[in-house]
Amino acid sequence: MELTDFFTDYTLRTITLGTAVLGAICGMLGSFAVLRKQSLLGDAISHAALPGIAIAFLITGAKDSNVLLLGALVSGLIGVFWIKGIVSKTHLKTDTALGLILSLFFGFGMLLLTFIQKQPNANQAGLDKYLFGQAATLVESDVTLMIIVTAISLVVILLFWKEFKLLLFDKNYAMTLGFNTKFIDGLISFFIVLAIVIGLQTVGVVLMSAMLLAPAAAARQWTNSLGVMVILAAIFGAFSGVFGTAISATQSNLSTGPVIVLVAAVFVVISFVFSPERGILFKQIRLIKNRRDLELQKTLYFMYDIVRKHDDISRPHAIKILNNFQGFTKGTLGKLVEKDWITIAGDSWSMTGEGFHTAANLYNTNIPES
Amino acid sequence: MNAMVEIQLIAAVTAAACAIPGVFLVLRKMALISDAISHSILPGIVIGFFITHDLASPWLIIFAAFSGIITVILVEMIQKTGLVKEDTAIGLVFPALFSIGVILIAKNANDVHLDVDAVLLGDLAFAPFDRLLIDGADYGPKGLWMISVILVITLLLLFAFYKELKISTFDIGLSSALGFSPVIMHYGLMSVASVTTVAAFDAVGAILVVALMIAPAATAYLLTTDLRKMLVLSVIIGVGSAIGGYWLARWLDASISGSITTVLGLLFLMIYLFAPSKGLIAVLLRQNRQRKEVSLLTFLLHLNNHDSIEERRVTHLQEHINWRKVRANSVLKLAKKNNMVTIENQVVSLTQKGLTFTEKALDYIITNEDEQIEDMKDDFFLFRG
Repeated sequence: MELTDFFTDYTLRTITLGTAVLGAICGMLGSFAVLRKQSLLGDAISHAALPGIAIAFLITGAKDSNVLLLGALVSGLIGVFWIKGIVSKTHLKTDTALGLILSLFFGFGMLLLTFIQKQPNANQAGLDKYLFGQAATLVESDVTLMIIVTAISLVVILLFWKEFKLLLFDKNYAMTLGFNTKFIDGLISFFIVLAIVIGLQTVGVVLMSAMLLAPAAAARQWTNSLGVMVILAAIFGAFSGVFGTAISATQSNLSTGPVIVLVAAVFVVISFVFSPERGILFKQIRLIKNRRDLELQKTLYFMYDIVRKHDDISRPHAIKILNNFQGFTKGTLGKLVEKDWITIAGDSWSMTGEGFHTAANLYNTNIPES
Repeated sequence: MNAMVEIQLIAAVTAAACAIPGVFLVLRKMALISDAISHSILPGIVIGFFITHDLASPWLIIFAAFSGIITVILVEMIQKTGLVKEDTAIGLVFPALFSIGVILIAKNANDVHLDVDAVLLGDLAFAPFDRLLIDGADYGPKGLWMISVILVITLLLLFAFYKELKISTFDIGLSSALGFSPVIMHYGLMSVASVTTVAAFDAVGAILVVALMIAPAATAYLLTTDLRKMLVLSVIIGVGSAIGGYWLARWLDASISGSITTVLGLLFLMIYLFAPSKGLIAVLLRQNRQRKEVSLLTFLLHLNNHDSIEERRVTHLQEHINWRKVRANSVLKLAKKNNMVTIENQVVSLTQKGLTFTEKALDYIITNEDEQIEDMKDDFFLFRG
């Protein structure tokens, strides 16, 4: 497949548009899930949706994806509310509740799927695409549905922006202000479930949680503002969808879902390493720089200890006497000179007035960088 | 032995082997690690398969268990950077590893019997066909031997380190003060969980392993607060559901692992609803009773505060404390039943018993020992809520 096909091939264009929209909505709503420490809720919901698909098929006997997704939505919501019930009414913890619902619903779904497979009517083939997702089966109506859902959730997010934000960061405050936190909470959960259900057909039950998490986790590294994070996550998600589809289209035998997830994972790794504020790389650099500064200050203070025993601050001392001191190197001396804290003449050094002042206040005040 | 018995045996032993580490995972709030491990062993299995070209090779287990442990380490590494929360770290690691596994299979293993469905879902029905043959003699299915060995090792480790496990689960500080390294316990448990997951996935598939680990432990947790009892109960629940699930599967002609999970789910639902003291119904009843008792207390204190007959009329009380009629009536009834008040001509007055009760309660409230009131209720109340 050539790159130009990407723009001319109708099917591919539909799929790409679909995965891009999916990535965007998942990133958007995933931001809320990540910030509410409900990252794995997505995993539980996506698994919990499986029996809904099977039951919807058993009842209607049709393979209309909208009907099946409705079933998934209902059983996903049942899963969410049961998880909330378990956590609030028993002393089982969130992780146990999530794992329970995830595995039990999924197992029940598998029971139903295998049961359906044994049924005489041959219409059942293709239900297992919901396990791993098949982006290739996306048709225009699916993409239209995705766009509609995305638009609705966008409107809701904008309408309830203030409430969502408040609930996210200070639930108790929101309660005291008289907001109906239960309603807002349910609203966020509902839209997260909706996003997951929409993605099942494309990415599948197993990998859906990564779609929700990865773009948001990546976006979180670049900003401390909720608005920017949501937008960034949507962009990361959309790009993961597009790149993932493109990569899997150029190779045979490469399913789209896993590739999209891996592309999103690459976004996460890049963000973890290279984000200027929180990234590991710059953090390490800052750490080394701080350590150097501290070393420098230690040397300065050692010198100050020598100097203050004499009346004349700028009296020269032999460099030799620093030899026993560990923080001292040729480099640090050079740096100290650079900062105008000492001067060097031949084999001896002498402290400047500024150096003396800095050293005297080193442990008293926080001296700004000079 | 015929195949039917063998399948049930494998299922039962697998359930028992999963239930034991599951109890500790649930207690340590690490239940989801089992989910992560069960997914991320996939690349380990695939790579092991590429090296050995034999699906039954024990190397596969070693590779898979190894990738399980790598998952745990990766999750902890990401967590330590402080960039994301723990649950996000789990959620990022396992789908990525799983995707790598799926892609590896799709790209390379087209012509062999390694497909994702089998890995995820397992197939117990075929387990008896893989026999352990030594010198031509048939020693039963391989899977049964493998999982039995793991169960025995798990049991040995459990008995050997029971005390250490118990302490490090419930009080990390104490355990490290006593010199049991929580880190070693942690990784030991993780290794056992990894190996068990890998061995069990053959039989029940990667995702349903999670059910076998978490569901029995969670169900048992609702029934007891004693670690020993919890272990025994969860093994019983696991084994029972495994055998029950087998028969359900036969009846429905559906996947055995799916049926086992469904039985586990139904069992959990029952216990979740009806468990004495920790079940949903018991909790709701208790909350309701406590609400009523608090109302009763408020009501009695109110009476104690107001001496004048005017203030003690039933109608006035309804207005004053601002309760709806039903609630006011039920509180009044409860108070009368407990012999705390008497009603004459629509005027409520405290009895001697009610008076002692309120005086004592007031004392506790003034001295900030509110929790003592809870004990007092046992002494005074004949009928509760």
